[in-house]
Amino acid sequence: MMQRRDFLRLLGAGGGAVFASGLAGRAMADDGSNKMAGAYDDFYFVQMSDTHWGFKGPANPDAANTLKHAVAAVNALKTQPDFIVFTGDLTHTTDDAQERRRRLAEFRDIVSGLKVKNVRFMPGEHDASLDNGAAYKEMFGETHYAFDHKGVHFIALDNVSDPGARIGEAQLEWLKADLSRQKKDAPIVVLTHRPLFDLAPQWDWATRDGAQAIELLMPYANVTVFYGHIHQEHHHRTEHIAHHSAKSLIFPLPAPGSQAKRAPLPWDPAAPNKGLGFREVGAEVDASRYRITERPVSAG
Amino acid sequence: MKTLWRVVLGVGLSGICLGAALGVGNDAGGEQVIRVTAQRFTFTPNEIVVKKGRPVVLEFSSLDFVHGFNIPSLKLRADLPPGKITRVRFTPDRAGEHPFVCDNFCGEGHEDMHGRIVVKE
Repeated sequence: MMQRRDFLRLLGAGGGAVFASGLAGRAMADDGSNKMAGAYDDFYFVQMSDTHWGFKGPANPDAANTLKHAVAAVNALKTQPDFIVFTGDLTHTTDDAQERRRRLAEFRDIVSGLKVKNVRFMPGEHDASLDNGAAYKEMFGETHYAFDHKGVHFIALDNVSDPGARIGEAQLEWLKADLSRQKKDAPIVVLTHRPLFDLAPQWDWATRDGAQAIELLMPYANVTVFYGHIHQEHHHRTEHIAHHSAKSLIFPLPAPGSQAKRAPLPWDPAAPNKGLGFREVGAEVDASRYRITERPVSAG
Repeated sequence: MKTLWRVVLGVGLSGICLGAALGVGNDAGGEQVIRVTAQRFTFTPNEIVVKKGRPVVLEFSSLDFVHGFNIPSLKLRADLPPGKITRVRFTPDRAGEHPFVCDNFCGEGHEDMHGRIVVKE
């Protein structure tokens, strides 16, 4: 059972979906009106994930437009977020290094249309695993980093540049050093692509050394992880640490381990963009001012 | 709880043994030796039927990439570098099915590279 103080608002593409979940130590909630102004005295950010620019296939016959529509939807938010983060799989993978760079450049050009210019990027395995992040770094810089925003410490972890889904010793050492500068009750948000815990390793939905990262984070009281990779909402806790996966912006995938093959859910012509979306995450100190509303997903 | 899987100890190690060596496996000492080819984006065969109680040796040949072989339900995994035979040994002691997957991202069809081991009585 999630606690009231731990709730967040997670909004689907087109403004149709709301789910409440936890950002430990911070909280906010939907007021039911879909009006964000006033609800975010502190701030909110938008998480977009798994855009897979370059994908072609029946799972999304509108793939050439979905990202553009998502950019327009974010731009249409009444109150713009403080920043936007893309949690990986910006592009769909290709063996062709030149084509990979072309897709990354096209992605960058499209998202440059976002009104908000404070945009953070992270790679997914489709962007980075075949060249250890080389093309990604050329265009977007480092694959792991940290920053602070209005009292919240954000840590972006790279668990995809190694095709074996390892964070790796060097990055874990960096994480340890970064955390050592934080108070034990500091609000910390971890952004990453793959789940840090073993969600469905039989589908490769895991990070091979993710347990080591969680162990390093465990002494900190207020840690929340936002990730992508699995193309659907999923909410999990490893003790006090909440983990929230985001919907994708290309095609949804089945529930973890629910069938033999992790094939995309079929496109529904009657409900385009069903199961796709982005997320608003609000950080608000005083949760008591808000009430919680959950809504079903609807097409954008 | 009864230990479900006894592991053949190839080099005197306790616990799970993932043996990697050059060579071609044979059916020796009652082992079930199964040759598996890993190539983007399939395992061949991708359904492996073994008998309960008989030691199994999976002999992997990867043709094009350091694929991964992971059976989470058995806590068995190995990297499969090209140019060598990678052996994975275990002894099934319970009938059932165990999915396996390539867990080293190998390209656009990576998500299709999976299979299952079926243990029969």
